[in-house]
Amino acid sequence: MASLNLLIAVCLAYVALLFVVAFGAERAALRGKAAWLRSPLVYTLSLSIYCTAWTFYGAVGYAARSGMEYLTIYIGPSLVMVGWFWAVRKMVRIGRSQKITSVADLISSRYGKSNRLAVLVTILAVVGTTPYIALQLQSVTLSVASFSQADAAARPLGDQNSTAFWVAAGLAFFTVLFGTRNLDANERHHGVVMAIAVEAVVKLFALLAVGIFVVWGINGGIGDTFARIDASPLGDWQIKGDRWAGLTCLSAAAFLTLPRMFQVLVVENEEERHLRTASWAFPLYLLLMSLFVVPIAVTGLALLPADSNPDLFVLSVPLALGNNGLALLSFLGGFSSATSMVIVASIALSTMVSNHIVMPIWLSTQGGGAMVSGDVRHVVILARRLSIIGVLLLGYLYYRISGGSTALAAIGLISFSGVAQFLPALIGGLFWRAANRIGALAGLILGGTLWLWCLFLPSFGPDVILPASVLESGPFGIGWLRPWSMFGISGMDPLVHGVFWSLLLNTLAFVAGSLFTFPTPMERLQGAQFVNVFDHSAATRSWSGGMAQSEDLMIMAQRIVGAQEAQALFARAAQAQGLQGYLPEPTPEFLQMLERELAGSVGAATAHAMIGQITGGANVSVQDLLAVADETAQIMEHSSQLEAKSAELARTARQLRAANEKLTALSVQKDAFLSQISHELRTPMTSIRAFSEILRDTEGLDDAGKAKYAGIIHGEAIRLTRLLDDLLDLSVLENGQVNLNIRQGGLSEILDHAIAATGAETGRMVLVRKGLNDVTLNTDMDRLAQVFINLIANAQKYCDADHPVLTIDTQVKDGQLLVDFIDNGTGIGAEAQDVIFEKFSRIGDQQAGGAGLGLAICREIMARLGGAILYLPGQQGAAFRVRLPLPVRMAAQ
Amino acid sequence: MSKRRQPLFLARHSYRQRRLADAARLLPILGAILMAIPLLWPQGEAPGTPTTSIAMIYVFGVWLALIAAAALLARRLEPQPGPEEDGAGQATPPQSQSEV
Repeated sequence: MASLNLLIAVCLAYVALLFVVAFGAERAALRGKAAWLRSPLVYTLSLSIYCTAWTFYGAVGYAARSGMEYLTIYIGPSLVMVGWFWAVRKMVRIGRSQKITSVADLISSRYGKSNRLAVLVTILAVVGTTPYIALQLQSVTLSVASFSQADAAARPLGDQNSTAFWVAAGLAFFTVLFGTRNLDANERHHGVVMAIAVEAVVKLFALLAVGIFVVWGINGGIGDTFARIDASPLGDWQIKGDRWAGLTCLSAAAFLTLPRMFQVLVVENEEERHLRTASWAFPLYLLLMSLFVVPIAVTGLALLPADSNPDLFVLSVPLALGNNGLALLSFLGGFSSATSMVIVASIALSTMVSNHIVMPIWLSTQGGGAMVSGDVRHVVILARRLSIIGVLLLGYLYYRISGGSTALAAIGLISFSGVAQFLPALIGGLFWRAANRIGALAGLILGGTLWLWCLFLPSFGPDVILPASVLESGPFGIGWLRPWSMFGISGMDPLVHGVFWSLLLNTLAFVAGSLFTFPTPMERLQGAQFVNVFDHSAATRSWSGGMAQSEDLMIMAQRIVGAQEAQALFARAAQAQGLQGYLPEPTPEFLQMLERELAGSVGAATAHAMIGQITGGANVSVQDLLAVADETAQIMEHSSQLEAKSAELARTARQLRAANEKLTALSVQKDAFLSQISHELRTPMTSIRAFSEILRDTEGLDDAGKAKYAGIIHGEAIRLTRLLDDLLDLSVLENGQVNLNIRQGGLSEILDHAIAATGAETGRMVLVRKGLNDVTLNTDMDRLAQVFINLIANAQKYCDADHPVLTIDTQVKDGQLLVDFIDNGTGIGAEAQDVIFEKFSRIGDQQAGGAGLGLAICREIMARLGGAILYLPGQQGAAFRVRLPLPVRMAAQ
Repeated sequence: MSKRRQPLFLARHSYRQRRLADAARLLPILGAILMAIPLLWPQGEAPGTPTTSIAMIYVFGVWLALIAAAALLARRLEPQPGPEEDGAGQATPPQSQSEV
């Protein structure tokens, strides 16, 4: 008889071995030397946490109770893995490209990062997994108990609770130690995965050993075993069709949605190609696990007393036959199954709880908005550890409350049906772009509620949570809400009934919600990313890209931070790694350093996305892109501001230059004006002084002479006065200080006045008047007359023809009055036409008098009156055109 | 996806890969049908009811055949199907783009 002490010693030794394995794997992974850790074999073996103590012990019990039906639990996942090309491959690809950490994360990411959805999934997962953890504790406790039954010196059975407690505590310790050692963004746990792979080998080996012992050791070969099976109570082929089909579907669904399966299948997946090995190797593993179940059950039923627990046949058959070594091995197998499941399940659940429940709450209590700083890591790790302990505590409490009495298989199936509620949202999210958050929420809430009502709460038994009366006649006597016959349909198997209604209504609510509501833009983006993941993501590569990656990184870094700096950076890193040359190994430390370096130039999100692209660690998610877009927008904002500023500067400089040129020109003009004006003033002043000196100094000047000289002085003074008047007039006009005396009058009146004033009619010049005569004007008559007088006087003075003729032509064109003054002289040369309107510009005979201000004054007057005066070339003489806008009424004539 | 012009029926290799992917998709359906066949057998005391041993041989036989087929497909399907193999386009059939 194996003593209980020996059992405990073996258990402790086994656990110590697991510690060593996990620790070694972590160390190897840290050094990056663990290629064998990433083999498809380890991946396949890690998937075997599907086979928990429920499989190890429960399958035999299940077979002893219901025959071949236990196979459905393994056929479902086998079909899913054989069909990996459908769902699993897509889940793994999405998991990698979106950096998914759990099934709650996947569902919430798909539906626009909805945290409400994540919380719902997390709660449902915790509730659904708790019975399962209790189941593992129960199986270990039962197996210890069956040993102690055989051991006379053992403590009494009442101690079972303490066994369960210590197992839970030990598992919590192991999980905290290896499950939260490091906070990897990818949530990978090399140590744990390796330990689980070892446990997978142990449990398979143990079950096969018991099976072989039973078939060949007890029953004497395959043929005899078959004969015994056919002769046993299980001999007749007897299955219930609804349960067979229903359970196959249920187990297939649970395989995809169980948090622990998602953890090993998607999160811990190193490379996508591992799936192709697992696609056949995992079904093979399941086949081997279930191969000897029926023979063991049949043998147990035949050998052991009728009241013995069939769930423990795997252990009790070797014990009953005195094969203690085999019994011990079998115990270890069961222990392995239980521990590996609990470890991974609690890691998966703690990730979900801490990421979706604890951290959001903690962050919101921190005043929110703060960027992630160093101490958040500690909070996350603490949250994980507390979550792990909390999850295990819940399992222990469930075990205590439920009394550990129910058959293992029943508890497991309730767990399965709970997590299977994720299936519509999960599969819909993977394959249907229109699936949206409202639909997922509605489906999960409805399905989860029905599951609680029909399966979970009744599982405690009548009068524990639900009173027996409710089970009998429904809540408040409402018959159609009875947990085991909803909507009045009775007679179905309770499990199939619950699964059927909950999943059916879940799916209906999901589809209806998606059809009749609108998704948010984020959901639509994520939907496209998920559904079409193969269109825009490459298969995941491993991290072993080595030098090729470093070179790509170098090329990228050179473009961003400059060739010299990048080369120096890489050379330093290579030297730190003890390598020659410029290309360091792309270790995580180096990548982090490089990312920081690049972030200084292009922003953190952009740097992360760039490195992620090159190392193939991750596809760029929508959020990454949004962050990149934000940074780019900021940079563009900066540069456009700079551009605007520099454009403004250029404009100002241009304006300054123009102002400078203008000032210089004005200064030149002013100088010219001053010299002109002093010259103009000096000439008459000179003659006035000279003649007044003559008058004063010359003795004996006769009266005629006096009168002559005084006359000259007077004439010069008049000329001076006229010049000063003109200058004053011009300056008044130029400064805009002139007061216009606007009144109405006829054009001919002004012209007559001008002609009379100049005496042109009486002179030798012939005057010809053409065109209109009776145009009514509304303008400053005196000023306009001044212009006309000036023009006529000019013609009198400068027309050099033998028989001078001045033609005054009046016409109205385009609403403007045009008065042309055309003489028949030689006119003005083309080179002079530009300057005749400038001050002091005189052409030809200087003696003709006048200071050269007349035309300048004319121009200013016309500008004040709203018209213009122009030189009209090509008229066989000097020709000036006065243009004046007519009032609208006049123009209409 | 940009549609590249491809010569007709020259990309035999990638065509074969696509059909293998089809086979990989269909295999679980075949498996499910085969696994459902025992539901058609007579049950209990009815005449002609197969014994449990025969049922076991059938179920495990189908299971093993599925595993063998999956292993064969996994060997034949290339890890990175498609373009860079021979430049002959997508090995995976294009996902439906029309549904929104």
